[in-house]
Amino acid sequence: MRTAVDSRRGAAEHTEVRSPAGPLVRLGWAVADGWVMAGRNMRHVVRSPHEIILYFSLPVMFVLVFGYVFGSGMAVPGNGNYREFLLPGVFVMTMLYGLGATASAVALDASRGVVDRFRSMPMARSALLTGRACADLARAVLELATLVVCGLLVGWRWRNGVGDALAAVGLILLLRLALTWVGILFGLLVPNPDTVAVIVFPLAFPLTALSNVFVAPDLLPRWLGAVAAWNPLSATVAAARELFGNPGIGGESWAAQHPLPLALGWPLLIIVLVAPLAVRRYQRLSR
Amino acid sequence: MTYETSAVVAEGLRKSYGGTPALDGFDLAVPAGTVCGLLGPNGAGKTTAVRILATLLRFDAGHARVAGYDVARHPDRVRALIGLTGQYAAVDEILSGRQNLILFGRLRHLPARAARRRADELLDQFGLADAADRSAGAYSGGMRRRLDLAASLITTPRVLFLDEPTTGLDPRSRNGLWEAVRSLVADGTTVLLTTQYLEEADQLADRISVVDAGRVVAEGTSAELKARIGEDRIELVVRHAAQLPAAAGIVERITGGPVSVDVEIRQLSAPVVDRIGALADVMRALQEHGVAVEDVVLRRPTLDEAFLRLTGHRSAGTREEVAA
Repeated sequence: MRTAVDSRRGAAEHTEVRSPAGPLVRLGWAVADGWVMAGRNMRHVVRSPHEIILYFSLPVMFVLVFGYVFGSGMAVPGNGNYREFLLPGVFVMTMLYGLGATASAVALDASRGVVDRFRSMPMARSALLTGRACADLARAVLELATLVVCGLLVGWRWRNGVGDALAAVGLILLLRLALTWVGILFGLLVPNPDTVAVIVFPLAFPLTALSNVFVAPDLLPRWLGAVAAWNPLSATVAAARELFGNPGIGGESWAAQHPLPLALGWPLLIIVLVAPLAVRRYQRLSR
Repeated sequence: MTYETSAVVAEGLRKSYGGTPALDGFDLAVPAGTVCGLLGPNGAGKTTAVRILATLLRFDAGHARVAGYDVARHPDRVRALIGLTGQYAAVDEILSGRQNLILFGRLRHLPARAARRRADELLDQFGLADAADRSAGAYSGGMRRRLDLAASLITTPRVLFLDEPTTGLDPRSRNGLWEAVRSLVADGTTVLLTTQYLEEADQLADRISVVDAGRVVAEGTSAELKARIGEDRIELVVRHAAQLPAAAGIVERITGGPVSVDVEIRQLSAPVVDRIGALADVMRALQEHGVAVEDVVLRRPTLDEAFLRLTGHRSAGTREEVAA
């Protein structure tokens, strides 16, 4: 450690502090801070390469297990291929399980001292969370790319052109963004990385079972069928099937007939409801 | 003390957790450019006070101003002017030391290049240049604390909060950290330091506030606090136990105070007002009466004793230091 003279020289240049002024300036800083935090989260991945293996292993496993175990024997109404029917569901399911990683990452941050430093700094309150959402969306893009490549290898195709296929990808990522915010809220409510990972699975599993990922909701008992038809996952899966031109299920309910507006509406509604709750919760951490 | 000259002001702060008061009418005023030590045992409320003043914690009642801004109403303004180094190093353990400092610089809205330059300066200054690209998680305790302190100094803080900054550090790292704090104070930063180590408060703080049960129970310089506890004492050990009564008589005549005698170790002690004068008189008289003296000291009460007198119980820090 050097002497007082050294520290004085270095520090003096930076003493001036910019404090938030108007709402636009503030929004600008919020975006900038969120971006810096997203960069931090991505650097974490680069510094722990074993995590990258996780990024790719789950999607590959899901496609292989569900594509071959379930996809070999079953038939779909209308002469469809079950594997082709199943894959958009597997895409969405993988997005859902990403929620666990989001929640544990946030819980890890929240349980460590570093969050005190963030909260005692003049940075945007939302930045830790928006940065997490950004980084996890980038991760989702990688996962989805892996899923698509694996899908193509096992015989899945998009049949309505690139535009529709990209629209389907967009809807799937939108759902993932909404789920990311749910994961963030979980991570803040249960700031223990191990506990939150254990909590997420039993919540996520019934959500996939009670959807159109594997079966048609019309085949379920009446009230379960209604739950499955209105499940946000179902909306995105049905919309993706439609846009990819993969065999779908159809159905009698309004929800089954209108997957596109629901696949847009559900995630947006979730974000509008959950993101402010998460930011509020973050501000009140340990208060 | 007025608002204008105080960098940190707390008035009647109250905070309770589920009915248990952590702060119970906490008052504090730290003049700008000075070091204030909050001294108290575990659970006294020191950390709660610091977390409130650093905008991390809400309080139930009272007022708090830091660097001229109301903590409750303008937390953003306060955050721009403070640094906080807590009990647990608040750095990102996955990122390298350099990446940490750049991250915190960017979040303080330095441009990218300035953040990098400042990170390099701080790594140099805190002797972390060689470890700059290793994960902070792999740093030793002392290195991590240094990185933590460096992260608080990216922009020179008007007020720096140090919450038990040297707990768990080896003496060398502790001295290094003290050195860094002293140089900051020389630059005009106000420091509020919590500690369980009496030595640390004695070493660093201009004024000490003794905290117990969520309240400041005594305040003053280290010397003032000691003076309030009682006078200095003269302690002497005679060579032959047989001379103890004679020696006690002489000491009592000169100091005028009650003399306590410990036969076991042949020690006499008595309070003295005129320290050096009394010492000289006692030694001369003992010599004239042929009393052989083995050892003599003039002793101020230690802060440990001060703490005991002010709070009615021993400090946790005392036990630790005795054990160490």
